[in-house]
Amino acid sequence: MNDLAIKIEHVSKQYRLGAIGGGTLRGDIQSYIARKKGKEDPNSKVGSDAAYHKNEKFLALDDVSFEVKKGEIVGIIGHNGAGKSTLLKLLSRVTAPTEGKIGINGRIASMLEVGTGFHPELTGRENVYMNGAILGMTKAEIDRKFDAIVQFAEMEKFIDTPVKRYSSGMYVKLAFAVAAHLDSEIMVMDEVLAVGDMKFQDKCLGKMSDVSNQEGRTVLYVSHNMSTIKRLCNRCIVLDHGKVIFDGDVNEAVEIYSNAKKTWKPFHEFKKADYWDYYPRNVRMLNASFPDTQDCVFNWGDKIRCEIQCESDVDIDNLRLRVEFLNASESLTGVACSDYIGSFTKGETRNISFSFGTDMLSAGKYKLTFALYYANELGLSTTVDLGRKALRFQLNDVPCEERIVGDFRMGGFTRYPNIELLR
Amino acid sequence: MEQQTFETIIEPKNKIFDLNLKELWKYRDLIRLFVKRNFISQYKQTVLGPAWAVIQPLLTTVIFTLIFGNIAGLAPGGVNSFVYYLCGTVFWQYFASCLTMVSHTFTGNANIFGKVYFPRMVLPVSTVLTNLISLAIQFGFFLVAWGIFLFIPGYEMHPGWEIVLLPLLLLEMALLALGCGIIISALTTKYRDLAMLVSFGVQLWMYATPVAYSAAMFQGGRWDFIYWCNPTCPIIETIRYAFLGPAAAQFRPGMWGISWITTFVILFIGVLLFSRVEKTFMDTV
Repeated sequence: MNDLAIKIEHVSKQYRLGAIGGGTLRGDIQSYIARKKGKEDPNSKVGSDAAYHKNEKFLALDDVSFEVKKGEIVGIIGHNGAGKSTLLKLLSRVTAPTEGKIGINGRIASMLEVGTGFHPELTGRENVYMNGAILGMTKAEIDRKFDAIVQFAEMEKFIDTPVKRYSSGMYVKLAFAVAAHLDSEIMVMDEVLAVGDMKFQDKCLGKMSDVSNQEGRTVLYVSHNMSTIKRLCNRCIVLDHGKVIFDGDVNEAVEIYSNAKKTWKPFHEFKKADYWDYYPRNVRMLNASFPDTQDCVFNWGDKIRCEIQCESDVDIDNLRLRVEFLNASESLTGVACSDYIGSFTKGETRNISFSFGTDMLSAGKYKLTFALYYANELGLSTTVDLGRKALRFQLNDVPCEERIVGDFRMGGFTRYPNIELLR
Repeated sequence: MEQQTFETIIEPKNKIFDLNLKELWKYRDLIRLFVKRNFISQYKQTVLGPAWAVIQPLLTTVIFTLIFGNIAGLAPGGVNSFVYYLCGTVFWQYFASCLTMVSHTFTGNANIFGKVYFPRMVLPVSTVLTNLISLAIQFGFFLVAWGIFLFIPGYEMHPGWEIVLLPLLLLEMALLALGCGIIISALTTKYRDLAMLVSFGVQLWMYATPVAYSAAMFQGGRWDFIYWCNPTCPIIETIRYAFLGPAAAQFRPGMWGISWITTFVILFIGVLLFSRVEKTFMDTV
């Protein structure tokens, strides 16, 4: 049985950094003759040696191998420059790999961009045919699907208007509609869902899962939007520097991606990137730490002790501390506030020591954002300084009969008090 | 171990000569649409529309008739020089615009090529076909002019049976333009210098071809054979011979045979270069 849709074997893609070639025929011939004669290349940079030339090569993909079965929706995530787009380009045959082999079963429809080949002078109708044909449909197929496409794009009224008169939203809607109605067995998409209004995005996502679940088609989807990935995909590949670093469960992949760049340290020095200049910062947080741990792993029920070093430019005594809890996909799960943290005098630097409980959290990974603020009697707060995602920790479950053990897939992000049975 | 079979296999390099006509045929709808798109977009929002296809060669012909025909006296006697020049210009124009447009295939369509796969040969082929539409309009215009002068006594126009060769001649011109064009387009992916040379080169080529003057100028001379080796020379001469008769031009079947061979050699080299670059040109263009 042949149930593989895509098989990628040891694929590498090499690019050369900097300008490619001499740029002109003359330059290349000069270099070529110089190399033949064993002289220094007249077009290379002065003082460059062999080692420098070696570094000019850049591996966008480095020995990547994986398989995709028919009907899978595979998400591909990774930081900018990790090789996602290169991979899709290879799959959609826009460019060829430097090494390795890719086997594909079925037609591939690549949507690296919506509206490829749209010509501004042509009408919507003509462009649907044009775009469809570029994506590999025959005229008969498009004829059959034309009404569905127009209806999906909600464009019945404008279909005979040249697309140069369209708004950008109309343009992408029509383009996506064409792509979504392709009959190909494999779809390759590069963040094209980031188009249109919320309603249309929802419609697109719905269509994408239909495509896979009901029609059994294979989808490869690249995105930076973790919630879309989670919603759509049933498998996820994480790329980092051209290598596959994870392949499997979506939630785990998202966690790996979110932390891929950082090692977990119990100490954090506040840097420029952590705060906004928008806040006055006349009382500043300098660093934050977990003094009791090396690996930032805690068990449920632990009290976590934390220290923040602050420096003040003013005399102030009504400051409070706020701790914001963010989950692995960086949405806010909750906020905890403190009492007055004591008075500061001008020029003073001192540590604030505090602790918080973990009873209210489910197992999982969390990031902490700290803020200094003061509030008036109406509860209106003014933030003085705020440091984003300064510390991270992992909370492990303690097996227990009274509550559900497991991370957010089982128990969400927060734990509520037990239900009281009424008799 | 179970052996997997795949319909498509992507490998680093193409075969040396890779012209997949079957795949090209599968994309015939796309070729058709590109032709339609090119043609429509060419004349959209112009007042005269496709009439421009006629005006251009008409103006060239008038200029040629005045300068080369009347002032320089290069047109052969006995034939109406307007029809004589119109015949040469219309067909040369087809060749020249095919060549120029095909040579911009990669650089001009990088945005489409960079996003989606289809056989790269689709675009050059559709360019050649698009120009065929313009040629049809111009040819119609030529037929009218030709028909009028045919019935005016005093001009020796004797169309011969060779008119039936016209489709073959057109095919050869198309293939030749395609061949030269894809050679240039394949080379311009890396060296833009050539793109600058194309329009100049085509101009030069025109003067090496009996468009503005008669090939009879070389007859009996030392350069006669070499002159006829230019593959476009027998084509234009044969077309003129077919429509206007022996007074206007010569028909040399042998030289025409050589020009077919040249055409195929050029086309072969073109496809060779094209298959070399089509897979990875996106990285260098």
